Amino acid sequence: MRSIEKRRKDFDARGVKLVAISVDPPKFSRELCRRYGYTYTFLSDPNAEVIRRYDLFHPKAGPRGTDIARPAEFLLDSDGVIRWRNLTPATIVRAWPETILKAIDDLRLAPSPR
Amino acid sequence: MERQRKNLNLILWVGFLVVLIGALSYKPFFSQFPSTRDVPWVNMLMFVVGIGLMGVGLKRAFQKPDVYRGKVVGTVVAIAGVAVIGYFFLRAYYLERQLPISINAPRVGQKAPDFTLLDTDGNSITLSKLLASPTGAPASSKTNGVVLIFYRGHW
Repeated sequence: MRSIEKRRKDFDARGVKLVAISVDPPKFSRELCRRYGYTYTFLSDPNAEVIRRYDLFHPKAGPRGTDIARPAEFLLDSDGVIRWRNLTPATIVRAWPETILKAIDDLRLAPSPR
Repeated sequence: MERQRKNLNLILWVGFLVVLIGALSYKPFFSQFPSTRDVPWVNMLMFVVGIGLMGVGLKRAFQKPDVYRGKVVGTVVAIAGVAVIGYFFLRAYYLERQLPISINAPRVGQKAPDFTLLDTDGNSITLSKLLASPTGAPASSKTNGVVLIFYRGHW
């Protein structure tokens, strides 16, 4: 998430929005954003309804056996169609912003910022 | 009879410390860089060095017990070091990989299911509306895409 924030301007330049989703309540995410300086959109799915709809539900995997989302990234085009996705094999292995930016450029989703 | 002070055999402890640092430095530090994240080779190197140092310490504790201390405590520390390394790999290659298979997760080419959720300020955000609204970016007047990042939370 930190590495994504560092490349925020590259996503902005391509007109691509960043949206993070977890079970954390808005208050919790606000604190997270304040603490780490995240400036993109953080959405709260406390009952994991959307997380379930995306089949990313990871029951009892959070602290004290809480239900959470498994990590995943989806790149949507302007019609809302998924053009690229990453279902990580391990929690620590997340998609790098460079990988997502490359996907945006390779798929020609946005006019090249240069 | 004068008792000679035995060498503390510090190399045993240094070896254990190297192993400990190797195990604890991955998440906060080495996992932040592409070159050291996917294969934790720096941490593995530290384990090899740590084990080597503990091996040297143990060897001399057993071969020259009159000069070096650490026959008992050294064995305990070495076992603890091996256990730390074992747990590191158990975590990295088993526990962290126990993820749902998400077989029905939306695939490439499918339309992303729409949703409405609250943002950090309590505003309702709908995916389809987000896609239809401009980004406000200087280089682009319309939204060219959205990246959805699902994360575990509870930080």
